[in-house]
Amino acid sequence: MNIFQIFSDIEKIDGDATERLSFYSRRYFLRKGTKAATAAALPLALASVTQEAFAQSTEVQEVLNFALTLEYLEDEFYKKALSSSLSFGGDRSVFEQISKHEDAHVKLLKSALGSAAVAKPSMFKFEEVFPGVFSDYQTFLIVSQAFEDTGVRAYKGQAPKLYKQAVLTTALQIHAVEARHAAEVRRIREGRVWITKNEPDGAPAAVYAGEENVVQKVDVTKLGPGFSDIVVSEAFDEPLTKEQVLAIVSPLIVM
Amino acid sequence: MNQLSTGSAASGGSNKGTSAVGRRTFLRFAGLSSISALTLTTLACEDHKPIVYDPNFIDLGFGDVGIMNLSYAQEQLEVAFYSTVIESPAFNQLSAEEKALFVDLRDRERTHLELFRYLLGDKAIPMLTPNFDNIKIGSREEILKTGHTFEDLGVAALNGAGRFVTDMELLNLSGKIVSVEARHAALLRDLLHPRSNMPGSFAGDDIITPDTGLDRALYPQQVVVLAQPYIKERITAERIPVQ
Repeated sequence: MNIFQIFSDIEKIDGDATERLSFYSRRYFLRKGTKAATAAALPLALASVTQEAFAQSTEVQEVLNFALTLEYLEDEFYKKALSSSLSFGGDRSVFEQISKHEDAHVKLLKSALGSAAVAKPSMFKFEEVFPGVFSDYQTFLIVSQAFEDTGVRAYKGQAPKLYKQAVLTTALQIHAVEARHAAEVRRIREGRVWITKNEPDGAPAAVYAGEENVVQKVDVTKLGPGFSDIVVSEAFDEPLTKEQVLAIVSPLIVM
Repeated sequence: MNQLSTGSAASGGSNKGTSAVGRRTFLRFAGLSSISALTLTTLACEDHKPIVYDPNFIDLGFGDVGIMNLSYAQEQLEVAFYSTVIESPAFNQLSAEEKALFVDLRDRERTHLELFRYLLGDKAIPMLTPNFDNIKIGSREEILKTGHTFEDLGVAALNGAGRFVTDMELLNLSGKIVSVEARHAALLRDLLHPRSNMPGSFAGDDIITPDTGLDRALYPQQVVVLAQPYIKERITAERIPVQ
């Protein structure tokens, strides 16, 4: 089974039983959500994302499940790394902080989706695809940077599908955290936080495809002195489509 | 008048030279066709233009224009902050690497500023006058702390404004910028707190809610309240709808 299957499966379920499923899920979640909110004093954002997710279209569920799949991948990656014998130099706590956020993102998206949430993949092939990733720190850093930057670009690509909805705020709030993670890993690797043009920087080239863009309705390099293609490409992060992201992560995932 | 500097020669807004006026007119003209797509819905409203009630009171404008002007105001603040820091005596407390990074930060924010100025055309608010009396840039620590406070606010503002944007291109553009602001915030936090002391500060529990892993999101009106102390003119985001 490949990752594309998730989405067609959800479509099938929704096609057959959208009304029943969403009605049941919404009631179930609201009941559960209220209790959870009281118990843990969760912020309002959580309540809004959960309520709206179930008042929503299949398209929103697809976006959230796509995001959840990426979060499963990142979450598992850091948990595996932290429980491996990998030596993090002095930076173990950095990755504990990142891991804490990825774990929280998985829980948030799962609770938002309720029964519509995709299952966690049965296996991840980190070591098969990136040999030495849990024994060589530099390799680990490259893969971490690739995952975080891919995450940033993936959320950015999905934002338009959440147009005008409360859940867009939540997606943007996650998106910014992924960008902070990417910046920190880049700091550890080479000191600079920006994506420079489409330089692979050790990662698979597909991760940075299109990042060299300097046209934001207008060629920004023309708007001021010193606005080189390097400066401008670094000043704007570019989105990836779902298909581009899946092409990057599918080899790592066994459903 | 001490207008916000955009750094070096890029300050078209305060440049009164004839050729500069020509360039600005051209940019404005060129921008007209592009802005029309951005503000199709707001153009139908009579009150889409920023209204300057008096020299010390600036209305950011209606809807998407208001949201863009709020971003433009923040970019002005950030560029002015970096430019001020780079010329301040305390800048010498920074290492060579840190100094170079500050120039990089200023230059990247300048591209955001000039792009917003271009896209807004004649709907752009004027260049604002910074009020940095209240900020602390007397030491390396204060510089880094103030810097990440501005960048954290920039992230929260774009996160919060996203769902009120009606133009898809503006939504995409905001997304491309907000993650770069987040990178900047993480960088300054990382410089401020040595990793051995405070290893998670780039995305610390003070800014990222630990149990949800979410960055902040603020309403435009909240952002104005937080940014106002650093701007001499009074600004208002009243006409940015928030539902």
